[in-house]
Amino acid sequence: MIEIKSVSKWYGEFQVLTDCTTTVQKSEVVVVCGPSGSGKSTLIKCVNGLEPFQSGEIIVKGTSVGDPKTNLSKLRSHVGMVFQNFELFPHMTIIDNLTIAQEKVLGRNKEEARDKGMKFLDRVGLKIQAPKHPGQLSGGQQQRVAIARALCMDPICMLFDEPTSALDPEMINEVLDVMVELAKEGMTMMCVTHEMGFARKVANRVIFMDHGLIVEDATKDDFFGTPRSDRAQQFLAKILQH
Amino acid sequence: MYEMDWSSIPGALPLLFKGLLITFEVTITAIVVGIVWGTVLAITRIGPNKILAKLAAGYVNLFRSVPLVMVILWFYLIVPQGLKAIFGDDIGDIRLTSALVAFALFEAAYYSEIIRAGIQSVPRGQVSAGLALGMTQGQTMRLILLPQAFRNMTPLLLTQAIILFQDTSLVYVIGLSDFFGTAYKVGDRDGRLVELLLFAGAIYFVISFSASLLVKRLQARFVK
Repeated sequence: MIEIKSVSKWYGEFQVLTDCTTTVQKSEVVVVCGPSGSGKSTLIKCVNGLEPFQSGEIIVKGTSVGDPKTNLSKLRSHVGMVFQNFELFPHMTIIDNLTIAQEKVLGRNKEEARDKGMKFLDRVGLKIQAPKHPGQLSGGQQQRVAIARALCMDPICMLFDEPTSALDPEMINEVLDVMVELAKEGMTMMCVTHEMGFARKVANRVIFMDHGLIVEDATKDDFFGTPRSDRAQQFLAKILQH
Repeated sequence: MYEMDWSSIPGALPLLFKGLLITFEVTITAIVVGIVWGTVLAITRIGPNKILAKLAAGYVNLFRSVPLVMVILWFYLIVPQGLKAIFGDDIGDIRLTSALVAFALFEAAYYSEIIRAGIQSVPRGQVSAGLALGMTQGQTMRLILLPQAFRNMTPLLLTQAIILFQDTSLVYVIGLSDFFGTAYKVGDRDGRLVELLLFAGAIYFVISFSASLLVKRLQARFVK
């Protein structure tokens, strides 16, 4: 589904990604972790072309992301993305947040978009919030709406960029629950997260990044059982202490 | 001591009202065209095309560095020549037209700076979110960025409009009878310049001050 081949990226002189290679199969859940500044968010943003990269290739369901001839908007319309800071549109109601791209990008009519929006709002347990504005919801609720917004586009895969990092601790679980459910339904997911509990529960593979390199790319059991690199061992020891 | 005599005002009211309409016409045209053209300039300036961005920046800096009175005079001297070249000598009174053009183009430079700041006040992540949903750059700008930008900058746009309303009195330099010009002419004609100018000043004050109160109330509502 997602093939990342030897991707490198520079900000001026500074190299943020070095020769990153990995794949995400259909229905696979891959967790990307690593210390901050390791390039994990940058890598996931390269997958849907939000960040350009200078060398290598990324193929999403047969479409090359880096190819200048690729219609990036069309590609992105069926690759769902959830951001650290939710990024709901504050000037619209919740339901309008869910319908706008369905109407303007996919060309669905109003009723169809609304029905779909309400269906996914219901799934994340927020149907009654439909007429409110994002500012009136808690962080956890906003992030669930953001997931529903992405699902409304019938995505072939979902990218999560630290979806719980901006949340108060008591709200993290309500978001993770939605993600676990999605994973169990067979959604292809690539998640940048520090939630190792989530990784243990649903991840097929775990990728560990450091200084722009993919240091470790292993099945969940191997990663938590016997991480090969020292750096990954240190990282795990640190975050699992708490 | 100078004795005030207000008696020439009531009779001149219809004339003054006509002048006020001209003032409003110039103000409103400059606001509408200024915001539309200013938006185009602002988007061009932060857009990907470096050459167009430079041109837009040049335009804005030029108009912001020249006194408004001079711009009004320039357009009074240049626009007629252009129009004559296109339509022949029979173009009638072009004072109003040239004032409208001058104000619209001049104000666009100021509005574009406000709008540019407004666009940049919207978090970058909003653009990413729009693009990630498959929207084009244009759709993201139109549906996501601009509505939020305009909401953030409404108070500034209105404040600029109030300044503009007062600045329109400068059209007296090309002899256009706006509210101020008319008041001046009536005062001159009747030898009651002081009374007429006081009266005109009071009207400008009432309109501008009520408008700024309105802005304050709007601002309070937006901050909430």
